Amino acid sequence: MTAPLDVSGEETKATPEAVLSGVGGPKAIQGRSLGQIAWMRLKKDKVALTGAGVVIFLVLVAIFAPLIVSWFGHPPNEFHQEMIDTMTMRPKGGSGISGDFLFGVEPQNGRDLFSRVVYGARISLLIAFFATLISVLIGTVMGVVAGYFGGWVDTIISRLMDIFLAFPILVFALALVGVLGQFETQLGVKGDSLRILLLIFVIGFFNWGYIARIIRGQTLSLREREFVDAARSLGARGPYILFREILPNLIAPILIYATLLVPANVLFEAALSFLGVGIQPPTATWGAMLSAATKYYTVPHFMIFPGMAIFITVLAFNLFGDGLRDALDPKSSR
Amino acid sequence: MTEPLLSVQGLEKHFPVTKGLLQRQVGAVKAVDGVSFDVRKGETLGLVGESGCGKTTTGRLITRLIEPTGGKVIFEGHDITHMSQGKIRPLRRDMQMIFQDPYSSLNPRHTVGAIVGAPFKIQGVHTEQGVKKAVQDILALVGLNPEHYNRYPHEFSGGQRQRIGIARTLALKPKLIIADEPVSALDVSIQAQVVNLLEDLQNELDLTYLVIAHDLSVVRHISDRVAVMYLGKIVELADRKGLYESPMHPYTNALLSAVPIPDPKGKAGRERIRLQGDVPSPLNPPPACRFHTRCWKAQEICKTEEPPLLQLAPGHQVACHFPENAPALAEPEVAAQT
Ligand SMILES: Nc1ncnc2c1ncn2[C@@H]1O[C@H](COP(=O)(O)OP(=O)(O)OP(=O)(O)O)[C@@H](O)[C@H]1O
Ligand code: SF4
Ligand SMILES: [Mg+2]
Repeated sequence: MTAPLDVSGEETKATPEAVLSGVGGPKAIQGRSLGQIAWMRLKKDKVALTGAGVVIFLVLVAIFAPLIVSWFGHPPNEFHQEMIDTMTMRPKGGSGISGDFLFGVEPQNGRDLFSRVVYGARISLLIAFFATLISVLIGTVMGVVAGYFGGWVDTIISRLMDIFLAFPILVFALALVGVLGQFETQLGVKGDSLRILLLIFVIGFFNWGYIARIIRGQTLSLREREFVDAARSLGARGPYILFREILPNLIAPILIYATLLVPANVLFEAALSFLGVGIQPPTATWGAMLSAATKYYTVPHFMIFPGMAIFITVLAFNLFGDGLRDALDPKSSR
Repeated sequence: MTEPLLSVQGLEKHFPVTKGLLQRQVGAVKAVDGVSFDVRKGETLGLVGESGCGKTTTGRLITRLIEPTGGKVIFEGHDITHMSQGKIRPLRRDMQMIFQDPYSSLNPRHTVGAIVGAPFKIQGVHTEQGVKKAVQDILALVGLNPEHYNRYPHEFSGGQRQRIGIARTLALKPKLIIADEPVSALDVSIQAQVVNLLEDLQNELDLTYLVIAHDLSVVRHISDRVAVMYLGKIVELADRKGLYESPMHPYTNALLSAVPIPDPKGKAGRERIRLQGDVPSPLNPPPACRFHTRCWKAQEICKTEEPPLLQLAPGHQVACHFPENAPALAEPEVAAQT
């Protein structure tokens, strides 16, 4: 049992100020938000920082691809037949790597592999980012609505999530991209732009289930927290509670799962391009390059460079995402 | 007698228990089952009972965070039982709630300034010298450093967090504060500080309290009257002196015997009563007197007939067929039923 509560005792009259002095130093009056604390934790995480550095590097490469290629390479679709051994169709000297062709050249037509890998980053990241954006938008709205309103709304959205999560996405994407690709005139866009939009839409639209499920769970538990009751007992209306009380607590999980969804989408785009339904040649994509390289296993560098590009991108995003998760939510130990 | 500030009449809350895909109702948790009491202006009413007996639910019903199944809540003469949220909003300024868990009642993403200033924002109240000044005044009032305006809840200890929660309820200068176990999540050493703070604030700001607690020792010091709750019902309600010195209900006696007595002289007079068994589930409460499964005085009648809440002494209500310490005049009535 609890000890007797001595309310009249002398020592209990301690001034609250004395209690307060325990918190921080006298100078540290400015509070540190959870975001700032997360940033401080992240700064100490070398692995995550490396991941973040590589991510930033890759993004810069994608943005400045034309500039980089004009400095260090040749136009990505330019043939360099002079680099190819006409007998074997392989690059002269095995790979063709030189100061002029940093990653060597492709077999058969001699295109600059460096330029193609750099341009591949553009397509890959562009599609992965925007597809993630779509998934996160749909997933967050669906998850918050399901978790906050509950009842039959929740039942319907949850079933929808289950359906999307159980969907054979790859098979469906193969079919959809193939079919929709035929409607160039009706859709008003064509060529690469059409394909890019299609891939963003298909990848983004089929991947919201996972993030929605996480956001729904978080919203459900946040809704039951007493600070929501406190706001309601002050007379707060639905939008205030949703936007002021619940959403700020969802930013961390949204950021974390967005960062982890990007590499998944990079892989997905590569897979679609590998299978030939992605961006059509001659535009350079990592997946399509890998696909072409399978026919030339005697020319290993053709496979190694795009393969490494995918590998490094996925790894960097995952390391950064994991670090972000640890920094934002130290309680969820891996 | 003047009209009470808050009057609760036969309040009920039955949470439906559903099963299966079709959400068929298979039963109900009778969390609050016919609770009546008044809270008079300026007084402190303690509401005491074991965990799960429906104390928080009662508080949430009064503040209309949940919809009552039955009964009435009358606040300042307004019947707010089924008033729409829009109509009730202005009344909320006068009725505030302190929450049980100081770790979950403050939004971790808001600064102290934002938390304590939220009432002004939500209620659209304008302050003369700005919200910041108003908030800092309140922080000082509850014994927090006004300079900590920009800090976040995680930078404070449990006791300080509870002070922040108290500051939030004071912002709009309410008349009634419902304090749901304001100290049960805190260290014993800090409990007294917070209880003292509540008492000082009451004197200073002319507040009326409904203080919820799970043991009788916490409310002893601040309550004018105490209501004891068991499984969704009030079993005894009396002024402080009557309840602590001559408790009538066996359950109150058991609770009191568990409270360590500060003065050693009183110890001899009281024997420790150990209750057998657990609190029965409110999903399937025992019939008639709900306490009969654990009561050492239980007789046949206790299992068949529900004891009404009767006034056996001035201002002392109790629901038991065989009350203890009952004044002589009440005795024959009870004896006749035996
Ligand atoms: N939303 C709900 N749905 C279903 N049952 C509920 C709900 N809220 C409370 N209950 C049930 O009602 C009963 C009373 O709960 P309540 O929270 O009011 O108890 P309490 O007296 O405040 O206990 P504690 O001391 O643990 O806070 C419990 O059995 C609880 O399981
Ligand atoms: S009515 Fe009977 S069972 Fe209930 S408290 Fe009184 S004596 Fe005990
Ligand atoms: Mg409670």
